Amino acid sequence: MSAIRVKNLRKKYGSFEALKSISFDVEQGEILGFLGPNGAGKTTTMKILTCFMGATSGEAVVAGYDCVTQPLEVRRRIGYLPENNPLYTDMIVYEYLLYAARLHQVPSALVSERIRRVVEDCGLTEQVGLPISSLSKGYRQRVGLAASMIHDPEILILDEPTVGLDPNQIIEIRTLIKKFGKEKTIILCSHRLPEVELTCNRVIIIDLGKIVASGTPASLRYLVEDHASIRLTIRGNPEKAMEVLHTIPGVKKVEMHPVHEKGARGYDLHIGRRGDLRPLIAKAIVSSELELLDLRKQTVTLEDVFSQVTQRVAA
Amino acid sequence: MRFRSIHTIAAKEFQGYLNSPLGTLFMMAFLLIASFLFFRDFFLVGESTLRPFFEVLPWLYLFLLPAITMRLWSEERKLGTMELLLTAPVTPAEAVLGKFLAGFGLLALTLLLSGILPLILFWIGQPDPGLIVGGYLGALMLGASYLALGLYVSTLTDNQIIAFILSVLWIALFLAIGQDVFLKTLPEPLVPVLRVLSLEFHFEGLGRGVLDTRDLVYYGSFLFLFLYLTITSVSKRKWK
Repeated sequence: MSAIRVKNLRKKYGSFEALKSISFDVEQGEILGFLGPNGAGKTTTMKILTCFMGATSGEAVVAGYDCVTQPLEVRRRIGYLPENNPLYTDMIVYEYLLYAARLHQVPSALVSERIRRVVEDCGLTEQVGLPISSLSKGYRQRVGLAASMIHDPEILILDEPTVGLDPNQIIEIRTLIKKFGKEKTIILCSHRLPEVELTCNRVIIIDLGKIVASGTPASLRYLVEDHASIRLTIRGNPEKAMEVLHTIPGVKKVEMHPVHEKGARGYDLHIGRRGDLRPLIAKAIVSSELELLDLRKQTVTLEDVFSQVTQRVAA
Repeated sequence: MRFRSIHTIAAKEFQGYLNSPLGTLFMMAFLLIASFLFFRDFFLVGESTLRPFFEVLPWLYLFLLPAITMRLWSEERKLGTMELLLTAPVTPAEAVLGKFLAGFGLLALTLLLSGILPLILFWIGQPDPGLIVGGYLGALMLGASYLALGLYVSTLTDNQIIAFILSVLWIALFLAIGQDVFLKTLPEPLVPVLRVLSLEFHFEGLGRGVLDTRDLVYYGSFLFLFLYLTITSVSKRKWK
């Protein structure tokens, strides 16, 4: 059984359609990256899954319970870290965790054990007696994360958990998420690609209320066919160089750009995904008496995929 | 409806009042003004009664009670913690009742502390116990009505100051419709209707120690109506 099943979900705010019939499944134990530019519909989807908001139409089933008819059952089984990590800043960390535990109906006998556990897991041992208002952003984020896991939920929904953190804090939070992902199903919303690439087993890219791509981070790279995959620097007549490059089979497009070396130009080759053309390219250039200064293979990043699929929808 | 959820929320909010200057200031202001009113007439008239205190109560409440309800929902909206609260396994009704009970608890505690005044009366004179009990019962019910209204208004905005001012205005309206100054300007047939709807009208009897079921029904309905409106407003969650 999938942990989360979403079918033909639509959401309208007045005349604006925030979600245009999206469907996806999340398997148990999966870390799903939910990726999209700002305003794509990520947060709307999360608010529907956590039963904070109703959908206009469609179905959302979380942990086997329907979000519309059994919202309390759903909420019992999810941990949610909303966007911007809202916290009661006037409370002490311990007080807040105690409140969260009681609110999530953790049995009284287990409360202190659960608090001890999340405090340890999230590295808050030293901060547990401090007011939340005195904590840095990174520690506040940990408090939010700790509170979202206080009832040991089956599913964790984290909306932009690393926004506004410095690189070290991001690495720490990411490590935490990976650690929890070993036991739980996680949906991680983000517009930061490296984060999703490093933590998730599967990625869904959403834009303008639609799913535009989905798959493992590796498989998504193949979505981008026309990427600039080889970068060259050649010294010699540019026209001749262009001519030679165009004759190589497999090269789809060549772009020229200026470089800092005297008498040389840079060339970006767009090639299909089959085979390695580098030896062929090198031979062709050298045999036509041009000087090959540099040849580099570009790896496609998820960023390329992202900008390409989201642009397609925009256009 | 789970009692434990209501208790959790009520305890958290009540603790919040006691930990912040707000709760302490509220209690101090209330007790100071109440004692002042009490002792002023006490030495002047020499009567063993709390009537002057109960007579001013609707107006004293007007500015003090909205101060304790203003943050209950608007702060949740401002901080965004509303989303945490309502994605926990808690129904809107449980959350609303929990918050209402926290405010009511603070009011009850304050009234309990003001019990020192009737104690003084008993010590030096022979006041009518029925009058005092009736007055306190009325004070609780009147206060509960103000709190329910303030709680509802607090769901309408994420700005505490606006919530405060709006609550004061609403309550002032419910008080004004019982005032002769206001009623004289209105057409005759409206007068008795408005008077019956006013918050102060029903308090007069209780302040004199007269328990009338109509007054109890009035405050009961007022309370129920505004708690119901609050629950509806929280359930809708049109904001954000």
